Amino acid sequence: MSIEELFNFLLDHSPALIVAIPLLGAFLTPLVGKINDKVRNAFAILVVAFTSFLVFLLANDILTNNTIRTYVFGAENAGSPIVRILFEVDGFSAYMAIIASILAIAGVIYAWSHMKEHTGQDKFYTLVLLMIAGMFGMILTGDMFNFFVFLEITSIAACALIAFYTNKGKAVDAGFKYIVISSIGALFILFAIGILYSQYNALNMAVIADSITFSFLDKIALVLLISGLAMKAGIVPMHMWLPDAYGRAPASVTVILIGATQASLYGLFRMVFSVYGNVFSSIDVTKDTVINTINSVNSVGWMLIILAILTMLIGALMALKQSNLKRLIAFAALAEVGYMLLGVGVRLASKVSQDITIAGETTTQVAFQGYSATALTGSVFHIMNDALDIGLLFLVAGAIYLVTKETSLNKLGGLARNMKYTTVFFLIGLFAVSGMPPMNGFASKLMIYQSTFQLNPIIAIVAILCSILLLAVFVKVFHSAFLGPKLPSLKDVKEAPKSLLIAMGIIACIIIFIGLFPNLFVENIVTPAANAIMDSAKYITAVI
Amino acid sequence: MLFNLPYIAVVALILIGLAAVIFKRNLIKIVIGITLIESGVNLFLITLAYRGGSTAPIYTATTTEETIMSLPVPHALTLTSIVIGVAVLALMLTLVVHIYRHYGTLDARKIGREEE
Amino acid sequence: MMEQISQLVETLKTGTGLWNPLIWIVAIVIAFLIVYIIRSFGNKDYKKGTEQTKAFLSGNPEYEKEKMHIKSSNIYWGFLESLKWAYNALDKMHTGNVSDYVLWFVVIMGVFFIIMGVL
Repeated sequence: MSIEELFNFLLDHSPALIVAIPLLGAFLTPLVGKINDKVRNAFAILVVAFTSFLVFLLANDILTNNTIRTYVFGAENAGSPIVRILFEVDGFSAYMAIIASILAIAGVIYAWSHMKEHTGQDKFYTLVLLMIAGMFGMILTGDMFNFFVFLEITSIAACALIAFYTNKGKAVDAGFKYIVISSIGALFILFAIGILYSQYNALNMAVIADSITFSFLDKIALVLLISGLAMKAGIVPMHMWLPDAYGRAPASVTVILIGATQASLYGLFRMVFSVYGNVFSSIDVTKDTVINTINSVNSVGWMLIILAILTMLIGALMALKQSNLKRLIAFAALAEVGYMLLGVGVRLASKVSQDITIAGETTTQVAFQGYSATALTGSVFHIMNDALDIGLLFLVAGAIYLVTKETSLNKLGGLARNMKYTTVFFLIGLFAVSGMPPMNGFASKLMIYQSTFQLNPIIAIVAILCSILLLAVFVKVFHSAFLGPKLPSLKDVKEAPKSLLIAMGIIACIIIFIGLFPNLFVENIVTPAANAIMDSAKYITAVI
Repeated sequence: MLFNLPYIAVVALILIGLAAVIFKRNLIKIVIGITLIESGVNLFLITLAYRGGSTAPIYTATTTEETIMSLPVPHALTLTSIVIGVAVLALMLTLVVHIYRHYGTLDARKIGREEE
Repeated sequence: MMEQISQLVETLKTGTGLWNPLIWIVAIVIAFLIVYIIRSFGNKDYKKGTEQTKAFLSGNPEYEKEKMHIKSSNIYWGFLESLKWAYNALDKMHTGNVSDYVLWFVVIMGVFFIIMGVL
């Protein structure tokens, strides 16, 4: 078989291979671990690297050709009526898969040195590979119950990893809170899936989207889905598990856990824009129901905008008070989730009805205003920027913990003399998170500010204010931990080990690259992804 | 079915489970509350499969053209959900055992504070 | 090759604005150069090692460096004091009790139901 045919074979089967290879690797890891420790670590890195290669191959094909790939399990075509499970990969799924694979590579390379002196490393690598398989399954699937199953796989693996430090009580408690919250959210999502199945006799997302009407039971299902997925994504006021879980887990787990919460946010996007797409997009109806639909959809959008503003404010304000480094960064991560939800809310709250005259007769159509597309593109761009920035900050916090064994900022000081590379990486992360030019955070936040300003100026003012508060938070961290005189208790602190620096370096290089050439990214990668999520008709016709 | 009784039972189970999670202080009672919610959702899924006067959806030698069968897809969904529920329950109880070993108490208000 | 380079340095267009980081970097470098030139017009003769180079703390004595480093809990004291009302409310919200977390979830779900039902 030639190289060309090999690449085509891998590309055609890549949606299934991306989920299957980490799953197989997870179950082979304890066997490989019997040989040696280094062999097992290298095996895990190899599995993740091969999966990332497949992800980039698939994303390259989808984002340049602007197509949708479906992969049916067990047959060639889907047939009619559709009864098989199928994976449907459009531009937005490929984009989220790129983000998840970058975080997975950084997390697994980081874990080589970070977990060196702990016992139970076999189980650690098994659970990490399982969590990665669950994350990719959530992102690539096109079937509602399959989404629920992968959601549960990811949250069970994540809970066991959060409670990894079983010798202290706090981490186990954070894991317990995470699994309680996660299973209640998932059970309500299953309830909504049952309601949708009972009405339309289908579990496939495209089939439900094709035949959905906004009846009373559909409204109940929408509320349950939004609440459950918003709780898993960490939106105020259901966010309180997030600082506990992110702050008490090992740092390499937190980086991959960011990918898991972004995958739940991806689920929210998918449910609102694709499954309920015909309800929220341009529809051509008679005049009375148009006004009712506009009012109900606008109110959902405004509710999401209010929740997003609360998330930003509470995240930034609580982060100012903390003195535990990882908990502080977790609150900053919480504030950034608010920016992502703001784009969804603005898109949904900006519908108008206009009269269109076609061939002499006037019909009323419902359409979005022009700035909402920029808002959604800004939020989609912000998902990638935020995952990279917060990931880099958590890696730096993990490096500080590994070298000094201190978690509280009150006891640190003067680390910039010994840890030069870590200081540079932290400076890059500081500028990127708080939206300072010329880093990538500024580009995506500029798009969000300028488009939400046109809906209501107060939204943009609150967003800018929270950005400034985040700058204040991280300047405080920089002063306490890195500047200042050399403390006697930290006299013999060395630089962080090599693999940590490699992981941080990968992410920092990507951040600087996106920051200096934003238009390259936005035009070629982000805009196809945002157009794919806004275009629900194309999602349906790819399957039916 | 008589007065939609299974659906009323579903809503009652879910509400009792939520009340147990919110208002009880003992960690084991919170875990039992989650199990009640899960039982309610499983009952809902199974009730969706029922058609009036139906038998099990299996082709045997005595099935004719007019036998009514209940829908088989929700049966599969319920089985998957029960298995997931068992795994989550085992994980939660293990974590409760670890918490008890460290804190010495099972009161949900005394554990989990940040300042220690 | 030229078209690839010109694609790299394009500006990002939002609906109502532009942003080009390379032009910004050029502007910042020119600004730093101007600042450096103005600084070099300053007074160069001072005596090192005497009172002229020590820090002035309003007449207070200067302790050794380890005690002068402000701890991180004390840095934003003014801001935290003036927003005490907000922080008390926020602290009461973040209790650490898992039942309260689920209570907030039910409250938000109830608010959503009311909004969807009425409108």
